Amino acid sequence: MSNISNAFKNGKAFIGFLTAGDPDIETTKQCILKMEEAGADLIEIGIPFSDPIAEGSVIQSANIRALKSNTFLDKIFEAVIDLRKKTDIPIVFLTYINPVFNYGYERFFSDCKESKTDGLIIPDLPFEEKHEVSDYARNNDIDVISLIAPTSDNRIKQIAKEASGFIYLVSSMGVTGVRSEITTDLKTIVGLIREQTDIPVAIGFGINTPKQAAYLSKISDGVIVGSAIVKIIERYGKNSPEYVYEYVKSMKNAIKSNMLSNISI
Amino acid sequence: MNNNTKFGEFGGQYVPEILMNEIKNLEKSYEYHKNNGSFISELDDLLKNYAGRPSLLYFAENMTKDLGGAKIYLKREDLNHTGSHKINNVLGQALLAKKMGKKRIIAETGAGQHGVAAATAAALLGLECEIFMGKEDTLRQSLNVYRMELLGAKVHTVESGTQTLKDAVNEAMREWSKRTEDTLYVIGSVMGPHPFPMIVRDFQSVISREAREQILKLEGKLPSAVIACVGGGSNAMGMFYNFINDKSVKLIGCEAAGLGVNTDKHAASMTKGRMGIFHGMKSIFCQDEYGQIAPVYSISAGLDYPGIGPEHAYLNSIGRASYIAVTDDEAVCAFEYLSKTEGIIPAIESAHAVAYAMKTAPLMKKDEIIIVCLSGRGDKDVAAIAKYRGRKINE
Repeated sequence: MSNISNAFKNGKAFIGFLTAGDPDIETTKQCILKMEEAGADLIEIGIPFSDPIAEGSVIQSANIRALKSNTFLDKIFEAVIDLRKKTDIPIVFLTYINPVFNYGYERFFSDCKESKTDGLIIPDLPFEEKHEVSDYARNNDIDVISLIAPTSDNRIKQIAKEASGFIYLVSSMGVTGVRSEITTDLKTIVGLIREQTDIPVAIGFGINTPKQAAYLSKISDGVIVGSAIVKIIERYGKNSPEYVYEYVKSMKNAIKSNMLSNISI
Repeated sequence: MNNNTKFGEFGGQYVPEILMNEIKNLEKSYEYHKNNGSFISELDDLLKNYAGRPSLLYFAENMTKDLGGAKIYLKREDLNHTGSHKINNVLGQALLAKKMGKKRIIAETGAGQHGVAAATAAALLGLECEIFMGKEDTLRQSLNVYRMELLGAKVHTVESGTQTLKDAVNEAMREWSKRTEDTLYVIGSVMGPHPFPMIVRDFQSVISREAREQILKLEGKLPSAVIACVGGGSNAMGMFYNFINDKSVKLIGCEAAGLGVNTDKHAASMTKGRMGIFHGMKSIFCQDEYGQIAPVYSISAGLDYPGIGPEHAYLNSIGRASYIAVTDDEAVCAFEYLSKTEGIIPAIESAHAVAYAMKTAPLMKKDEIIIVCLSGRGDKDVAAIAKYRGRKINE
């Protein structure tokens, strides 16, 4: 059983994303610890890439700031090893495939294992190409997280069947970034996934308000919030950990109170 | 199941899940229409009566005499409507978009040639058209920006990253992932995820289909070499394709060496890059030691791309094609040389191929033949070349 399942064992999960090295790796570490303190259940660490094609402008800018602070894989693994002295919170990386391919699959996955990183999300590695890394992932007990999108339709079955860790359900069309409204029929998609697998389903892309988090966690196993957190880091820089804490706490509370109100119904 | 998306180990479909069904849909539609009589005849009609095909295979007699070696022929893609080979692909893809029931096409552009061609096809076929172009390219090719707008397209200036072709592709892919239902991404080169490298190659292969027939008719034999410039590699793939099985014909791609391959100002992915996965494909890319895609440079906006199409990477890996790098300076000299000797002003992209022909023709025998793909005309480049030579002129 992977450590990722621990993120979902105490009710609905809050998954927080930030980009490693934005604005520097020390701030990243502090933000992660603060997120955990505020109730986050899983941390998604973005590995900066020059050309993040699935990201909107907020996370694109974070990537540029992180690359400017010379945040590369060696430094990120070191940071996770350091964090592991203080926390067992499940950690997954979000990375584009090229930095991993370039680092070498064997070396990358064994470094993941060594740093006790639990999983990996690779937006540009769809089902058809996941064999690139699957052997290395399996040998090192790293979960490669599958994404399912509003356009996945007939692909949901095959993806869900082979999914591990959790399923990242993309809430809406387009790239990452805060949205005022999410109109996809996510309930139906979650239902189709449930027909295939029991692993948790977390919804991401566009979520930024407590109200959205409360509603979406009701129809799934958790929510993933990225751009809203990255915006806070963009605004407050080195001083952001406290502000990230407050924000994550408000989101986690919304999810929790929603669960309580469910019980009262 | 994956094998048919690749050329050897290159190619594939490395794109976000959100695009996968649309890419499969495109693959299916293309497989159906490419063998369908009405699609084939409509496209043939457009190529003949709108684009002006077949393009000439012109014997460059002055150049041949002056260089004193192999006979040089120019495949005149510059004479196509819109002034480059890009129209071949765009008419095919825009027609395909219509057959698929799409109302809108989007495209990236570097020099603006593909953008102009896409806007042209959209105007003709009644499709909405939006073009993504790096800010730096909109400045150095401002005439083409206006041209696209004149044709009814909306031009988005891309200010992310290096503000050139690579970033325009990023932005077009982002836009496509927002809206696939009524939109086809009409990619401009033999790159991106499968099936694009195959589709674009098929539509561009008309270049070598004609050229092979033409040279056999004119000379009764095959050329010793065909030469084409390579950014993503669409005119080169089109020029190579029907000669691949003719083992005696050397296939030579000319990539942009910019200020020199030993500087950090070049776009020579075959010479200086290594294998990677980007823009949906496994291929060869200019990248740093961490796998970050490198900023590239060339005087030619159309060759200013950090990668190369996967079929080129494959042809290179099996030794069937070879790739050499040509500097800005060599290309500018060739630009001027062809203008003066033949009265033909080539696109600065195509001038890279002309430059290599100038180098290699004198070393070859007089009964040998070279075909150079003159992928586009140079009107768009005149102001930039004047500036390169220290002359300031108003466009």
